[in-house]
Amino acid sequence: MNWLSDFVRPKIKKTAQKEIADDLWLKCPHCGKLLFTKELKKTWYVCPECDHHLRLYLNKRLKMLFDNGVYTEVALPQPPEDPLKFKDSKRYTDRLKAYRKATGNEDAIKVAKGTVGGVKCVIAALDFSFMGGSMGMAVGEGIVKAAEIAVKSKIPLITVSNSGGARMQEGILSLMQMARTASAVNYVKENGLPFISIMTDPTTGGVSASFAMLGDIHIAEKGCLIGFAGPRVIEQTIREKLPDGFQRAEYLREHGMVDIVVHRSEMKNKLAMILNLLMSNTDNNSESKATKTKKQA
Amino acid sequence: MSETKTVLDFEKKIIEIEERIKTVSALAKDSDVNIDKELNRLQLKLEKQIKMSYTNLSPWQRVQIARHPGRPQCLDYVKALIEDFVPLCGDRVFADDPTMIGGIGRYHGISVVVIGQEKGTDLETRVKYNFGMAKPEGYRKAQRLMDLADKFNMPVICFVDTDGAYPGIESEARGQAEAIASSIQKCLQIHVPLISVVIGMGGSGGAIAIATANRILMLENSIYSVISPEGCASILWRSADKAKDAAEALKLTAQDLKTLGVIDEIVTEPIGGAHRDTMATMEKVDEAIYRHLQELMQLGRDELKKQRNEKIYEMGHHINFEEIKG
Repeated sequence: MNWLSDFVRPKIKKTAQKEIADDLWLKCPHCGKLLFTKELKKTWYVCPECDHHLRLYLNKRLKMLFDNGVYTEVALPQPPEDPLKFKDSKRYTDRLKAYRKATGNEDAIKVAKGTVGGVKCVIAALDFSFMGGSMGMAVGEGIVKAAEIAVKSKIPLITVSNSGGARMQEGILSLMQMARTASAVNYVKENGLPFISIMTDPTTGGVSASFAMLGDIHIAEKGCLIGFAGPRVIEQTIREKLPDGFQRAEYLREHGMVDIVVHRSEMKNKLAMILNLLMSNTDNNSESKATKTKKQA
Repeated sequence: MSETKTVLDFEKKIIEIEERIKTVSALAKDSDVNIDKELNRLQLKLEKQIKMSYTNLSPWQRVQIARHPGRPQCLDYVKALIEDFVPLCGDRVFADDPTMIGGIGRYHGISVVVIGQEKGTDLETRVKYNFGMAKPEGYRKAQRLMDLADKFNMPVICFVDTDGAYPGIESEARGQAEAIASSIQKCLQIHVPLISVVIGMGGSGGAIAIATANRILMLENSIYSVISPEGCASILWRSADKAKDAAEALKLTAQDLKTLGVIDEIVTEPIGGAHRDTMATMEKVDEAIYRHLQELMQLGRDELKKQRNEKIYEMGHHINFEEIKG
């Protein structure tokens, strides 16, 4: 044993949702400027210096999208926990507990109902701060539930992806969620209802390769990472540096995979406009049309 | 078969006996000594050793068998099981992906569409087939062929054998994620019987893109997983050396997946693995596919689509958790 082999790795604390919310100051990961959290809240966490879009966490995202920040959360069915009894250096159940405590959420998804631009809709939003927003059975249940609500209430479905991909700790059952969620959003589309997929930083792996890429319309947040394989995996495979802007929202739009790239400050208005346009000629939405006319008057 | 024989570490004893049989037989040619007795003894010993090595295989050993280069591949199955096979090419958008084998042919007299990944058997063919890793055009070709199947009421048989979809710059540029997502969606939309057989490696999204089927069969020593054991180990254990542990934890063997209710049937392989007896493997796979196909052909077009969607909706909801070893 010597000082080389005795080396202890420094422990790096995870930045969870809570810490960010509580911290008074936050450093922009892009330009490095120290930002006052109170100011950041006004811009929905967009750096006023360099316009970098910091991660916007689940509750804030829902607040931003729904009219007046008002929405009703939908209770989600609880799938069996830790189906594989998975253990690496830690037990999966212990990891789950830690993330639940840190985020205050059960898993990496929330489903909520409300109106956007006067149009009734259901939003299923993923949360990167909960195990990288990874899709296991719980996230799958959430998407399925949201799709069922959409069809039952004849309202549009919107998903906000924010995920690194499938949850390894649920093995094959997480892979199956790709097919489950694809089937769920298909159900919405086959019923003549809009399915709008919003992609935020990051949207990769099993999430991008399933429901996120199956929308009637794809909206991506400015500068966000979207792809099938992560940049590190690609670099390791091809052993060369990746070009600038590779797998960013703008790159995806250029390559025909995304309809619209929006600045976060524009996201809500764009979504409202699209929902109104898509729903105004269908029979499904007489109610929201009425509210809209009322509002305009 | 591969150009140089691959020997898995737990197969070494088998190979030793096989070598000995060869040496003894060669000796016998040059001399008059009667060695029948010795040969018989060795043959028995060999059979016993194969049986011993191939019972109670660990998940990691199964991973090794699933990757064995001598294992029958997609084109072997096509050759053995499909008559009048007409290979079809191209996604009608960008290119043809040679990795994704596709075509029409006759299976027990029934017109079918066949889709599957080919890995290649030597350096040249492995490069040609990109080591079994399909690009977006491959998954778009699969969709095109599924549409064709739907239009002409032809059942689809998929042979799944890939480490995963190809991760590269051009794959991303042409929308690998969208191609896989749409391929899964297409599997769920068609109105004809869809049977997928995992014959070797069921590698994540690249596999499920053609395995969202009415019936999912797996060969006894094939695997099907959300991530490779090496990939999982390097992320969760921070060391690719822990692949063995990851293979255990991921529950990726046919036996585990049957318990989890993800697959419908395990197709047994000849003792010593599919790579030891291709013909026997073909017969077993043939029997299983034909049986499932006949059952599915009793269902109507809408029923077939419904069954597939309901099956995937229910997946993971009927697990007998008592049976799963921690």
